[in-house]
Amino acid sequence: MPRYILKRILMLLPVLFGVSLVSFSLLHMVPGDPAILLAGEQADEAFINKVRSDYGLDRPLYVQYIHFITHVVRGDFGISIRNREPVIKLLKERFLFTVQLSFLSILIAGFIGLIAGVISSTKQYSLFDHMSMIGALFGISMPIFWLGLLLMLVFSVQLRWFPSGGKGTFLHLILPAIALGAASSAVIARMTRASMLEVIRQDYIRTARANGLKEFVVIYKHALKNAMIPVITVFGLEFGYMLGGAVLTETVFSLPGVGRLMVEGIFQRDYPVVQGSMLLVATTFVLVNLLTDIAYAFFDPRIRYE
Amino acid sequence: MNEVVEAKTGQFREVLRRLRRNRAAIAGGIIVLLFVAVALLAPFIVPYPPNEGDLAKRLSPPSREHLLGTDPLGRDLLSRVIYGARISLQIQVVSVAIALVVGTMLGLLGGYYGGAIDHVIMRLMDILLAFPGIFLAISIIAVLGPGLVNLMLAAGIYSVPQFARIVRGSVLSLKEKEFIEAARAVGESDGSILFRYILPNSMAPIIIQTTLRMATVLLTASGLSFLGLGVQPPTAEWGAMLSNARAYLITAPHVATVPGLAIMLVVMGFNLFGDGLRDSLDPRLKD
Repeated sequence: MPRYILKRILMLLPVLFGVSLVSFSLLHMVPGDPAILLAGEQADEAFINKVRSDYGLDRPLYVQYIHFITHVVRGDFGISIRNREPVIKLLKERFLFTVQLSFLSILIAGFIGLIAGVISSTKQYSLFDHMSMIGALFGISMPIFWLGLLLMLVFSVQLRWFPSGGKGTFLHLILPAIALGAASSAVIARMTRASMLEVIRQDYIRTARANGLKEFVVIYKHALKNAMIPVITVFGLEFGYMLGGAVLTETVFSLPGVGRLMVEGIFQRDYPVVQGSMLLVATTFVLVNLLTDIAYAFFDPRIRYE
Repeated sequence: MNEVVEAKTGQFREVLRRLRRNRAAIAGGIIVLLFVAVALLAPFIVPYPPNEGDLAKRLSPPSREHLLGTDPLGRDLLSRVIYGARISLQIQVVSVAIALVVGTMLGLLGGYYGGAIDHVIMRLMDILLAFPGIFLAISIIAVLGPGLVNLMLAAGIYSVPQFARIVRGSVLSLKEKEFIEAARAVGESDGSILFRYILPNSMAPIIIQTTLRMATVLLTASGLSFLGLGVQPPTAEWGAMLSNARAYLITAPHVATVPGLAIMLVVMGFNLFGDGLRDSLDPRLKD
């Protein structure tokens, strides 16, 4: 196991290097002088020159990259062009919010997806099975932002059960979390159903039944435990995707998340903010995937064969 | 040679037979056909010009005159949704074509030559895949800037890794097969082996992926336009229309209902059809 983990971490390094390179290149790929982009278009000549020498923009690209990466690993993502605050401060607040939202979403999605998937598999081709698979089809086909608007229309505007947007109490998170988690609950339900159907047909389940175990024990103790192994991967992946998809929910419900921060950064040409958001979200996604792989290997020893 | 043609026709008939028995796939196929027809015939079937409005009739609910009502600028929603189909189809076709061509080439090269080429290509794909979902497309827009052309490029690049991985996997399993060895033994060039033998035999997963990607690309592209990073107003694009409708959710909820419904239906059509194709082309994949 430690060898497998070490191998996976080593495989990660080139990807993280690539991600940092993409984020670094942003400033050099957009049209315009990087020093002016960083100083802001209204800045005077003296300030532009100061930025140029502070960031080493007059030096070779590889020196600039080393300057960039050594600061990033120390948590220094530069200063936001728009509000002159350290980018790390903005990222911290916004990122924690997105993680909170994604976490609640995956809990809701997991709860709905697992229950629907297990019942569907034990009652294959029943009305419940058909209904939940049709529900799953809607889940993966509905645009997050439209579902968000519909939820807002029904539960905030008409029924007034939940606030229609903004940050504050736990209630503010419920509708955005449902909108963000709908597609994932569909994927988890489909995966759980398929995985359970495969396990239920195995010999040891037949043996368990033949030994007179109660159906509940057969399904929830013996079958679900093994069927869950591939579902774990889906959980990890879906949680990772939520970090990206959250940008749409955050926009619909006017929430202060990191995705929204990045989009605002693009509009305001606030490149340090865009670079920081890119780097943070991609690195987190890569690490979540790593943890998912390790969890998968832990639960299914056959994975470590390589 | 005739035997080969007959075998292929037989295979095609078998796939068609399986597809016809799959009701969900037929439903998906009908939705897709309707969508394409509406998109192509848009200029002939719209009741009003999509970008001309009558401010006196702004936000009016569905009526006989305006079947789906009007938007905040008094433009006919039905006409805008119909034109939106045209924009969506254009984005889907161009983006998926970019991904298909680039991804397939990379997958063929990596899978066939292996070694350093494969390593570099796959690490590049890993880097693209390190950005979760729509975040990759947003990051590309951050470099290119908003707009229709950049949106199509972003949505295209976003889908390249999926094609590259699938084609590579297919090449890896095919290149050890006897008929490829035979082709090599009779002195066929690498290009000929790749394009005459390997590519045609990898078509099933490519066709399935192309269909399913049409759905993903529509979701991504309309999402980008909703964020203001894609197609810009006044173009009648479904995501941009929804973004515009947000401010009128209370006074005119119909403005936010129609474009979303259109996106969902088309995505569902491609998903159903793609799933059906997968079951028919490769029955082993069916659960």
